[in-house]
Amino acid sequence: MEISCSRTSNESAIEIDASHMDTRELNGLLRELMLAGYERVVLRNVCGQRYIGTRLYSPERRVMNIEIHGTPGNDLGAFLFGHRIIVHGNAQDGVGNTMESGEIVIAGRAGDVTGMSMRGGRIFVKGDVGYRAALHMKEHGQKRPVIVVGGTAQDFLGEYMAGGIVILLGLYGAHNASFIGSGMHGGAMYLRGPVREEQVGSHVHISRADETDMEILRDHISGFIERFPDLALDLEHILDSEWTKLSPRSSRPYGKLYA
Amino acid sequence: MSVRRQKLYSKEICACSIFGAMSRAGERFTGERVIRAMASMHHRGNGLGGGFAAYGIYPEFREYYAFHLMFTGDAMAQREAKRAAEEYLFRNFDVVHDEEIPHSDDVYVRDPPLLWRYFLSPSKHGEDVHLSDDEYVVRKVIHVNAAIDNAYIFSSGKNMGCFKGVGYPEEIGRYFMLDRLYRGYLWTAHGRFPTNSQAWWGGAHPFGLLDTTVVHNGEISSYGTNRWYLEMFGYRCTLHTDTEVIAYAVDLLMRRHDLPMEIVARILAPPIWDFIDRMDARERRLLTALRRVYAPLLMNGPFAVIIAQSGRMIGLTDRIRLRPLTVATRGDMFYISSEEASVRLISPSLDSVWSPDGGEPVVCELYGGFGGRLEHEIAGPA
Repeated sequence: MEISCSRTSNESAIEIDASHMDTRELNGLLRELMLAGYERVVLRNVCGQRYIGTRLYSPERRVMNIEIHGTPGNDLGAFLFGHRIIVHGNAQDGVGNTMESGEIVIAGRAGDVTGMSMRGGRIFVKGDVGYRAALHMKEHGQKRPVIVVGGTAQDFLGEYMAGGIVILLGLYGAHNASFIGSGMHGGAMYLRGPVREEQVGSHVHISRADETDMEILRDHISGFIERFPDLALDLEHILDSEWTKLSPRSSRPYGKLYA
Repeated sequence: MSVRRQKLYSKEICACSIFGAMSRAGERFTGERVIRAMASMHHRGNGLGGGFAAYGIYPEFREYYAFHLMFTGDAMAQREAKRAAEEYLFRNFDVVHDEEIPHSDDVYVRDPPLLWRYFLSPSKHGEDVHLSDDEYVVRKVIHVNAAIDNAYIFSSGKNMGCFKGVGYPEEIGRYFMLDRLYRGYLWTAHGRFPTNSQAWWGGAHPFGLLDTTVVHNGEISSYGTNRWYLEMFGYRCTLHTDTEVIAYAVDLLMRRHDLPMEIVARILAPPIWDFIDRMDARERRLLTALRRVYAPLLMNGPFAVIIAQSGRMIGLTDRIRLRPLTVATRGDMFYISSEEASVRLISPSLDSVWSPDGGEPVVCELYGGFGGRLEHEIAGPA
């Protein structure tokens, strides 16, 4: 395989030009780099390659920092196993699909089904997310996935959500999504600003965030502010807003559907 | 290692790709960048269909309808289809020029049909003299496609043309030499992953009637109802693919019923009743009437489409956006695509990028409308 890469002064870091690599080559290369002990990879000219960061499981739990310049393709960080991915731009559909652990930071917008079936780790999106974010997100024991979005989401946010935490900061405008939490049966969503009854699914309970909730919000929103310093956000100001909490009315909404 | 990779199954199961690029200033450009954008979404299709629609490509014949025909079957069937179709065309039209559609023999494509184009104007006789030119052309196109074996008119607008076939879109684009022979101000394209019907040259996208063309990702599960309704208005579905009904529905609603695109979108992808119930009285009355009158034209199932007409391009998805659509602008350029990366490939910097809500049409038009401009400014020398 012909690859164009240059070692930086740091021995464990490497820069890759991805312009002529297809999905399989790029992910194969990332795996080789991880096994060779690289800890930081900078990918330049990424354009549509899918599944970046997948297939990076190692029994000894090696962790890489993958920095992406360009526009990664669908299912970025699918099954991500403890690595950290930073995108300097927008991401497409399926960010963090079934991700296991680690962190994905998108310094732009993310597309549909962001965090679909996610079961651990955190996703931070500076802009908005598309349809069906957090679709069937889940949690188990200590593993509780988190999605923090600077803007808002389109329809079907948290559809069939089974666990985890979703936070929408609403920094750029009101939440206009419909069908929020359709079929939700676990986890919690926190939206800064008001949400109308008709915007949420029939399985969703709307309440004001309480003190325990505010601790959760403080933790993850400070993480968001840290990752996007250019937004110059004030943590206390953000927390001192109207926070709506959406939680499931039942853990088995369809228990009697086929009975 | 590379040997082992070649043995791995290299296809990921995916979906169609759609793409559109338009200069709102009417600047014409070759298909080269469109082909590159489509090639970047290669993996969405499976090589069983690719196609392009290009607007502003025949300025020297801009007053004439440009018919693109394919004649299928073996060599003898093709010759017979061409003879029968020409006999009909020459009887009903004044054909000012005809030629084989140029293609490159350097590009391998499977079972290409005989492809021919005709520039013509109506030559009406008898009762037909009362018909408008467009209506006359539509009736003749439907007749050829339904009644003449192995002959299909797959493009019938003025100063525009469809190019399509079985292959990956980048192969089809190079086969027709779209990167060298044509310059248009508006291009749409499609890479196909057929789900419910066989792959054949006529079944590739775009589908068109007059200058309306459609490229589509998804499936129309209401096809049977839509088709039955359209047949009452004289349309005949002959291409064995669901997308065809969208092109005819747009022709019926926009040309014959004279409805604007905003209303057409509400017919094809109407709001659900719960939403209509919450609208103000005036809007509720309108939407209720549309759903009642045009219920059989509701397009059910997942879809994202790009509809193009002379001077405008429209992006639309189903009501709950079960297929992706991203819109972007850069200066005078307007893009609609299945994936943002394909746009970034040909225009790394963008002024804005967004994904419209389900059922919300995105309409891009030439600056200052398109009637006069098209005729006199855009259609300059090739």
